[in-house]
Amino acid sequence: MNHSTLKRFAIGLLAWVIAFIIFFPIFWMVLTGFKTEVDAVSDPSLIFTPTLDSYAEVQQRADYFKFAWNSVIVSFGSTILALLIAIPSAYSMAFMPTKRTKGTLLWMLSTKMLPPVGVLVPIYLLFRDTGLLDTRTGLVIVYTLMNLPIVVWMLYTFFKDLPRDILEAGRMDGASTLQEVLYLLMPLTLPGIASTGLLSVILSWNEAFWSLNLTTSQAAPLTAYIASFSSPEGLFWAKLSAASTMAIAPILVFGWLTQKQMVRGLTFGAVK
Amino acid sequence: MATLQLKNVIKEFGDTHVIKGVDLEVKDREFVVFVGPSGCGKSTLLRMIAGLESASDGDIVIDGKRMNNIGPAERGLAMVFQSYALYPHMTVEDNMGFSLRLAGVSKAERKEKVLDAARILQLENLLDRKPKALSGGQRQRVAIGRAIVRNPSIFLFDEPLSNLDAALRVQMRVELARLHEELDATMIYVTHDQIEAMTMADKIVVLQGGVVEQVGSPMELYHHPRNRFVAGFIGSPTMNFLPVDFQDANADGVQVTLPGGQDCRVPVNGEELTAGARLELGIRPEHLSLDDNGPMSGRIQVIERLGGATSLYVQMDHGMITVVADGDIEHKVGDTIHYGFESFRGHLFREDGLALESLQRHPLTAIDRQANRAPTDSGDNP
Repeated sequence: MNHSTLKRFAIGLLAWVIAFIIFFPIFWMVLTGFKTEVDAVSDPSLIFTPTLDSYAEVQQRADYFKFAWNSVIVSFGSTILALLIAIPSAYSMAFMPTKRTKGTLLWMLSTKMLPPVGVLVPIYLLFRDTGLLDTRTGLVIVYTLMNLPIVVWMLYTFFKDLPRDILEAGRMDGASTLQEVLYLLMPLTLPGIASTGLLSVILSWNEAFWSLNLTTSQAAPLTAYIASFSSPEGLFWAKLSAASTMAIAPILVFGWLTQKQMVRGLTFGAVK
Repeated sequence: MATLQLKNVIKEFGDTHVIKGVDLEVKDREFVVFVGPSGCGKSTLLRMIAGLESASDGDIVIDGKRMNNIGPAERGLAMVFQSYALYPHMTVEDNMGFSLRLAGVSKAERKEKVLDAARILQLENLLDRKPKALSGGQRQRVAIGRAIVRNPSIFLFDEPLSNLDAALRVQMRVELARLHEELDATMIYVTHDQIEAMTMADKIVVLQGGVVEQVGSPMELYHHPRNRFVAGFIGSPTMNFLPVDFQDANADGVQVTLPGGQDCRVPVNGEELTAGARLELGIRPEHLSLDDNGPMSGRIQVIERLGGATSLYVQMDHGMITVVADGDIEHKVGDTIHYGFESFRGHLFREDGLALESLQRHPLTAIDRQANRAPTDSGDNP
């Protein structure tokens, strides 16, 4: 074995080990979901008699599909809303920058540094007074605002990579600003817009802090569904695992199906 | 009919003055070239005409109408960009027909117009391709085709040939000149390449630092540069400049002493010169001729043989000078050569860089490019 194949083998092995370490908790969670409660606490082994009991019990106690539907509505709704706001913003920042554009972008990002709990009380009170508590609309608004800085930033970097000349040629050809965005900018940066949207969906889907604090039953998404299994009667590992598996399954499949698009979008500027 | 007037046009970016008051008149069907070193403002000026940049002050008038506040598309112009700026996600046909699509032209009519333009540019076979499947020259032609389809009153070109290789550039240059004939349109063309300017222009506008240095026909600029900058910029290899001593001036011209000590009378107007005036003699490399009895001499430092002509870089006491000689000369590096020039070929520049006016106009400056053409049947150019 010569030096370079050895090196490749070592790198490959390392990658597998890292991937395994990252994947192991998910694997273990899925596994535990198929165990009995007794097996789940007592026996950390791979060999056991699989059972669907936990899934059945979990479904009996709470309607999974209601929570899942809330998750879908809230994460896709907030993503669409965020894109609708962010595309024009990023367009103007990328192609008509002013002296304050850079500062605005940094300020937007800085809002992500604030711990959400710092604004919990004011937002809670606002939601209470406007009747947005435990509504999907309320969550959509919060998620949109939460993801907007990242969405604008990402779109801004994708848009910046687009040669100005192409948009100016469009302007010479008689395109209005809207037509410029619809016929030139969006088709040409579609990989970037898609990966930004996917990221926003995933972030919204996995968000727990706001969903736990602002919803109770009507608008509760899957994160609240998981949480509802975590405490009341002590910890039931098998049921909690079954619930978690069901909660992450859609987004995992979604991520799996779109990973090509994600990677393509995230490396969009780099490999052009 | 398409004319353009710029009246004291100014462009400022913050405190930076990019265009410092340009006045210009472009006539109908004229081919005007903006030329100048990079950063001289030529592209900015073109973009202001296009409407892609706003003017800070002054008037941009197209066909008698002030256009300052009118959007790019409504000005009736078309622009060909340096980077071609084709729409990468559209086919050649869609690229060329985009403006018509935006204007709501029917599909059939669109197709017809695109085909017409494609025929002029020999693009018929490429209509289904995407830009990335085209060569540089083909992309360039599509970009021109996109402009033609709009049937603009004025074509604007922003260094359209600078991304092409040398052979293709010459070919496209000829093609553009042919296109100008065929379309009979007003064209404004920006380049830093003075050969493109000399070969294509009816009128050249030399810009430097946001200021128009001179406007004139190629031959006028070559034979009667208004100042030292234009003299050095137009012509290749660049003009030689030698410090000379002013002797006297009369109706036959200005008498100066060359660096070698010999006197020479250059036929320019020196009425305003006073004794002790500091002058510089400008003489083009191609106007210096090897002559064993010539008034100047120097040692050859570098020889560049181009086949048809040979460039000699000669060290004189005061500095380097370039001589373009016959391709067949047998001189070697280190040889001392003597050379001279016909006095009417000389230019004299004052200390402030302005040229002294020639007493006689060069005959070719009276002939514009129109006269180089075959007569057209209508012969209607006013």
